[in-house]
Amino acid sequence: MKHGKRYAMAVDTRTCVGCSACVIVCRTENDVAPGYSRAWVFTATTGAFPDLHMEVRSERCNHCENAPCVAACPTGASHYGPGGIVLVDAAKCTGCKACIAACPYGARFVDPRTRTVDKCTFCVHRLERGLATTACQEVCPTRSIRFGDLSDPESDISKLLAGREHYTLLPAAGTGPRLFLLK
Amino acid sequence: MNEITTTRANALIDPTLHVWHAEVALYLFLGGIVAGVMVLTGLALLRRPEAQRSRALALTPWHAPVLLTAGLLFLWLDLENRWNVLRFYLTFRPASPMSWGAWILLAIYPISILAAWASTPALLRDAVLARFPRLRAPADWAVRRVRSLAVWSVLAGIALGVYTGVLLGAMAARPLWNSAILGPLFLVSGLSTGAALMLLARLSEPERRLLGRIDTGLIVVEIILIALWLLGLAAGGAAARDAVRLFFGGPFTAAFWTLVVALGLLTPLLAGVIEHRRGAVPGRAAAIFVLIGGLALRWIIVLAGQHAGYVAELTLR
Repeated sequence: MKHGKRYAMAVDTRTCVGCSACVIVCRTENDVAPGYSRAWVFTATTGAFPDLHMEVRSERCNHCENAPCVAACPTGASHYGPGGIVLVDAAKCTGCKACIAACPYGARFVDPRTRTVDKCTFCVHRLERGLATTACQEVCPTRSIRFGDLSDPESDISKLLAGREHYTLLPAAGTGPRLFLLK
Repeated sequence: MNEITTTRANALIDPTLHVWHAEVALYLFLGGIVAGVMVLTGLALLRRPEAQRSRALALTPWHAPVLLTAGLLFLWLDLENRWNVLRFYLTFRPASPMSWGAWILLAIYPISILAAWASTPALLRDAVLARFPRLRAPADWAVRRVRSLAVWSVLAGIALGVYTGVLLGAMAARPLWNSAILGPLFLVSGLSTGAALMLLARLSEPERRLLGRIDTGLIVVEIILIALWLLGLAAGGAAARDAVRLFFGGPFTAAFWTLVVALGLLTPLLAGVIEHRRGAVPGRAAAIFVLIGGLALRWIIVLAGQHAGYVAELTLR
């Protein structure tokens, strides 16, 4: 992935209201198994009343640069796709679940219909057809989800990350997440 | 106070979504016994002249391929997409412990079968060859190479025993498992359960005494390794400390301390020490406790490890 695109996503935790439109549209766009989600809304309330702090964030696979799921996969089913997107080749997946155990973000699950592992693909099927957006980004009513190419300094996401304070989940795990959360 | 709400289907929120269940625990248990039997019978082939081996000892290596088959059946049953199992053998992934395991298991079949054949009493071998004369060439080769097969048996057994622990230990996402001690711990536990299984056979008195002493020593080492593993977690970061609390007041406290520590380690250790002091021949009861403890150890570690994650770190920045 040294050359070419490096896809990434940014979620604005200040404007995300946790409406779950991203979760629902993802189910429709990607035909996600009923009862499962590739994207989810995480709501954390901390503190003691009345001094409460609430953080809402739309989460999904972090498409790590150093993905533990890809390392753990014994068959090469989990792999880096175009632009560094972490994908599962269902034809190679044995359903051994090593990747699910290896993921610290809980992003993966077994699709009960195909008996193979499923997860967020950054809507790679849209990217391959020339669309520059993911379904969750398209539907977000507060425009809290941004997606783009990190290797292009002029892309929206590069400019956004250059101008806004942001963090990633579990940076100490050394996974190099590419889901950025804007403060 | 922290309150977390999430729409995802996640094992950390809902433990019914655990990905590894009894099948993996049974596979790790049987794999450990196979490792123990291969190491101990390999050493017996190297150190004990054929005339001094009882018929039962000479036949115990056959436990390895039989139990390995049972273990592989459980591993296969754990797969969600079972008919893709051959995908394991279309590639080798050096970063994946599961891939190492798949290839180690494949190598263990010929080694364990040939070593078991070389260990089988000559009368029995001749009887089999009389019925299957075509097998004579490979059979004679194995008997001629008995010493190198014994060395390979020991090495493959150690690789298998360590691998069963590394499979879990390499998971950085699961703080309870993420310890380099799990490799040696599962190896020693495998040796101990392997010795216990052999003690269930009709070994001669000197063999029972030696194996009983070996098993008592292995139990002591296992207790030390478990203590170091828990100490390492307790001295670790927040997630590791949360993980070790599963055994200190958490949901796995009772099961761990009764089944693994009291029944599986301290009971056979006490029995071994008393037998040794009174000069008695080690019986089968202690061995059964060791086997129960070995299974409980793996089952509890497999389940508890999936309870531990980075929930606190994901909540608080």
